[in-house]
Amino acid sequence: MSQGKVMTSFAEAVADVADGSVLIVGGFGLSGCPEHTIAALCDLGVKDLVVVSNNCGVDDFGLGLLLQNRQIRKMVSSYVGENSLFERQYLSGDLAVEFNPQGTLAERMRAGGSGIPAFYTATGLGTPIAEGKEVREFDGRQYLLEHAITGDFALVKAWKGDTFGNLVYRKTARNFNPLAAMAGAITIAEVEELVDAGELDPDQIHTPGIFVQRILEGGSYEKRIERLVERTA
Amino acid sequence: MSATSDARTKIVLRAAQEIKDDMNVNLGIGLPTMLAEHTFHQQNVMLQSENGLLGIGPYPRPGSADPDLINAGKETVTVVPGASFFDSAESFAMIRGGHIDLAILGGMEVSEQGDLANWMIPGKMVKGMGGAMDLVHGAKRVVVIMEHSTRSGESRVKRSCTLPLTGARVVHRLITELAVFDILDPGEMVLVELQPGISLDDVTAATEARFIVAEQVAQQPEPRSA
Repeated sequence: MSQGKVMTSFAEAVADVADGSVLIVGGFGLSGCPEHTIAALCDLGVKDLVVVSNNCGVDDFGLGLLLQNRQIRKMVSSYVGENSLFERQYLSGDLAVEFNPQGTLAERMRAGGSGIPAFYTATGLGTPIAEGKEVREFDGRQYLLEHAITGDFALVKAWKGDTFGNLVYRKTARNFNPLAAMAGAITIAEVEELVDAGELDPDQIHTPGIFVQRILEGGSYEKRIERLVERTA
Repeated sequence: MSATSDARTKIVLRAAQEIKDDMNVNLGIGLPTMLAEHTFHQQNVMLQSENGLLGIGPYPRPGSADPDLINAGKETVTVVPGASFFDSAESFAMIRGGHIDLAILGGMEVSEQGDLANWMIPGKMVKGMGGAMDLVHGAKRVVVIMEHSTRSGESRVKRSCTLPLTGARVVHRLITELAVFDILDPGEMVLVELQPGISLDDVTAATEARFIVAEQVAQQPEPRSA
């Protein structure tokens, strides 16, 4: 009988990630970040990774852990303001960075998973990120050509998932995860609760299981909060 | 109150007047985030957070923060009735597709052409543009709020920006602690309001950009003391 998509361990789930692999990673800051899969990559020790993710975690959590281990050669991100290690490695030239506007990054993933090789957007016109990109006019307005992006692997985190790989996210922890899931040749999904196929309501599924190749439940999520702000009154 | 926090309070109080009933509004990280609490008494104002939430509510009560519920500044928040969650591509479809009525963003420099720079200082500081480059082209109206001068006293309101741009000719209105400027097409900067206790001479002395003065310049009243 086929083992199906369910992995027995995070080490098994990431075993074939290699030096130089391109990883598309879901999450917005630490919210919805695949923390157990990242930890397994730290243990695996693969190097020269190209990581496509909106942010790079914080110094000692999330993708910041891979940065600390110097396992990342290049980041494709939109905002890294929370990570001083990132800034230091970038300014010293140890880490290559490609900045993408956040909406462009999301759409590049969506297009990559959708068989659309490129798209036009006004975002970035007249800025440094427009350098070398084709500009075309539609209805009197100018747009930049942006290319789709895909990865050897995608790492995503969901709230619930089933054995077929169907995923349901929770609140703003959804963010880039559904798009990352679409853009990975092999998508590894970690979930807080794994149930049998049929237990999730098909009407409520955010990522259909066809986009997920490997799935497993991660226990004891730390879900660290980056900026705890509470009402004072 | 320090000079800086006094300036920021003036900016926030004036910027809050930009948000009208029934608007869908995106507030940028930093100073603009402070505007949120001014909107909660308004009718049907929905605050969009580009990480995938329409309908940001107040900060959570002590002890009730949810790590799965944050704003674009990664602060814990709550939701208002009628809120919705969505992924980042759908979020930017709202933004790029012209569905956001107003974006209020922070700035490092604004030029008389309406150019905005707010994402990096080469060789010194790299934060990234986040969603700002998408917002400046997608939102129906773009308002920038920032302090008028740098800490060393240099005007941030420039003839042309010296920092890498976030967008060219994208700013509709600029609000500082000294004044309110509108940038009219094509690249005409007009002083339309003075902040409380500020004279035209004060603004001229502090501003590198060339601007014209509207026929009627309103002066904001002194805020009532609490």
